[in-house]
Amino acid sequence: MGSTFEPNRLNRRDLIKRAAALGAVAVPASGLLSACAASGGGTGQQETGTKSASNPLGVADSASLDVVIFDGGFGDAYAKQFEKLYAKEFPKSKVSHTATQNITGLLQPRLNGGNPPDIVDDSGNQQIKLDVLQKNGQLTDLTPLLDAPSIDDPSKKVRDTLMPGTVELGTVGGKFVTLQYVYTVFGLWYSGKLFSQHGWSEPKTWADFISLGAEIKKTGIAPFAHQGKYPYYINVAIVDLAIKNGGTDFLNRLDQMDPTIWDEDPAKNAIEAIYEIVSNNYLLPGTNGMTHIESQTAWNEYKAAFIPCGAWLENEQLKATPSDFQMTFMPMPSLSGDKMPFEAIRGGANEPYIVPKAAKNANGGMEFMRIMLSKAAATAFAQTANSLTVLKDGISPGVQLRPGTQSTVTALKAAGSNVFNPTYLTNYSSLDVDMGNSSADLMANRIKPAQWLSQVKAAAVKAQKGGA
Amino acid sequence: MRHRKYPFIIGFLIAPVGLYALLMLWPYLQTFGYSLTDWSGESSVMHFVGLKNYTTLFSDSVFQQALLHNLLLLLLLPVITILLALFFAFMLNVGGRGGTGGVQGVRGSAAYRVVFFFPQLLSIAILTVMFEGVFRSDASGLLNGILVKLGLENAQNPIEWLNDPNTVLWTVLAVTVWWWVGFYLVYFSAAMQAIPKDIYEAALLDGAGRVHTFFRITLPLLWDSLQTAWVYLAIVAMDFFAQVSTLTPGVAYGGGPDYHSEVLSTYLMRNFLYYGKSGYACAMGVVILFLTLIVSLVALRSTRRGRIEF
Repeated sequence: MGSTFEPNRLNRRDLIKRAAALGAVAVPASGLLSACAASGGGTGQQETGTKSASNPLGVADSASLDVVIFDGGFGDAYAKQFEKLYAKEFPKSKVSHTATQNITGLLQPRLNGGNPPDIVDDSGNQQIKLDVLQKNGQLTDLTPLLDAPSIDDPSKKVRDTLMPGTVELGTVGGKFVTLQYVYTVFGLWYSGKLFSQHGWSEPKTWADFISLGAEIKKTGIAPFAHQGKYPYYINVAIVDLAIKNGGTDFLNRLDQMDPTIWDEDPAKNAIEAIYEIVSNNYLLPGTNGMTHIESQTAWNEYKAAFIPCGAWLENEQLKATPSDFQMTFMPMPSLSGDKMPFEAIRGGANEPYIVPKAAKNANGGMEFMRIMLSKAAATAFAQTANSLTVLKDGISPGVQLRPGTQSTVTALKAAGSNVFNPTYLTNYSSLDVDMGNSSADLMANRIKPAQWLSQVKAAAVKAQKGGA
Repeated sequence: MRHRKYPFIIGFLIAPVGLYALLMLWPYLQTFGYSLTDWSGESSVMHFVGLKNYTTLFSDSVFQQALLHNLLLLLLLPVITILLALFFAFMLNVGGRGGTGGVQGVRGSAAYRVVFFFPQLLSIAILTVMFEGVFRSDASGLLNGILVKLGLENAQNPIEWLNDPNTVLWTVLAVTVWWWVGFYLVYFSAAMQAIPKDIYEAALLDGAGRVHTFFRITLPLLWDSLQTAWVYLAIVAMDFFAQVSTLTPGVAYGGGPDYHSEVLSTYLMRNFLYYGKSGYACAMGVVILFLTLIVSLVALRSTRRGRIEF
């Protein structure tokens, strides 16, 4: 369609001419202009060192390391511990630490200017989408990391110490470009204390869930809360019910953005099940308009029995959770005719770490990742951020974990190989937005399941075409 | 001496005009350049696509909805804010009891003036956190709590102000009016105080009441100030980014439920940063620029009137 042009020459010169015509000739522009949006693009000299057994990635030991961490649910204290480990290995290197909630605002100008940090935790509401970064060639291929020896056991490659699915999930557009570091399971959460107090037990099927809901309601507690202002959470619950019902066939076609799955039974069963929550009036009043913090805190105050969330919940709610709450995780209940067992859960790596292509110390960024994948780092992470990592059996024995984190370890063991993780969220970011709009309408009883299905199908068609 | 005058003037102008060109005109021109490309915002590689972004824009139903919302706000925000501000300013300055003391405001008007100005002192971030508390969707919210206590609504079925397609845009509009009324109250007050008191006293002697004084004296003499307020508020109505992106539901910059509170600026940002369609977003930016220009021109032209010197 169009011809490529080099923006930092042609475009700028062209515009300078026009600006000159407007009387701005005398402005000493050149220095300032290099700070403009897309004017950079020049990759500077990358610093490399000699490879050795103790330095398999060839890090220049005097090169400084620029770390940018998303300061969200996990905080940034863990990263400082990683940085200490790195500094121990490379004492001559100057490690700088930046924590932010606005990854895009910080990163976008630096990417465009060709001077990005060496390692970035590209996460949160303001993350830069990985598919977008990859398509534009901004990410370093991390394959050398996978083939480097593990720190704990140099006879093993890093690749063989990871939870299954980590490499696949980190692969965007055919290249392993991102280390999704945190291992998260998704499902429903309840208070062990509340349940034993009332003699309720974990519902294994959706029918049990609905009948338990009637019992819960009698006590004046709402059976279900969700993070209505951010429909991402209820989307996960809906899609997980559908995947467990339709099995790997549904999962694969979902990830390939096959729109016909929304005409078939698994999707229909899932959305009708969720709609039962609405039609039985099981929702916490007002939950559809609440933020994640408002709804999760109401749940911590025993105003609602169940809430869907990922395993970061415990850490996020640390201050709001009563000490005897006994936060407990459970898989999504089974629908009738499910192809996957009750124990099956969405589990997968998230919290994407990247090494920008133009990073000065790209090898150092990768080495930082190799340190993250050591037992010392994974244990430090579980203790400071209350979450597991993609390092298989990464927790040193005898480490005490919080009840919620412990219950996810148990659930993950019970699930065995029945762990699934859809990738459409990374590859088709518009589907989640559109599905979220429909789900919010469904939860507020503004639309019915049939309408939800047809809207989501249309959104899938759109996402497949790549249009907005 | 004449040949000396121009270097002198240029010497003074070069810094401000240069800064203006660099920081205002240059980014606008850049935006226009990018709007003709498929720039993703994450790299310096892009392709020239001509006017494709603009043609896509006009068949984009979300964009149309957002535009409609901005136009609606453009009609309502200035009217409501100016009417309220005028009313309050009039009451504070000349609306008090007539009689022996001549012309004065209502009792305690100095204190009111300070109180009304408070919202302007708050940053928009604090403002939205506060209004999240006011419009919270359950009985813990200030507004819903009061309605429940008064027995006007059921705690089991509260009004989700910001999550209801019928109320969300009005709620955001109300917050914005609350935010700006105080500023224009002070602005109009200052203008009213510049009107000589003897004009009012003459009117009082002629037996004019509050209503008459307002329409026959205050309003005509305030026309210039009204005009300025109108233009500024129209520009505020074309923005609404901070309020919508923080208060309303939806993935990446709010606008929900289901685009019922979407405005041009939030849709622009979602395209720019979330979908990676920065070229497309720049095209929106150009459209917004021209709309704002047209609105300002129309507002300035249509309110042009003869000036009264006093």
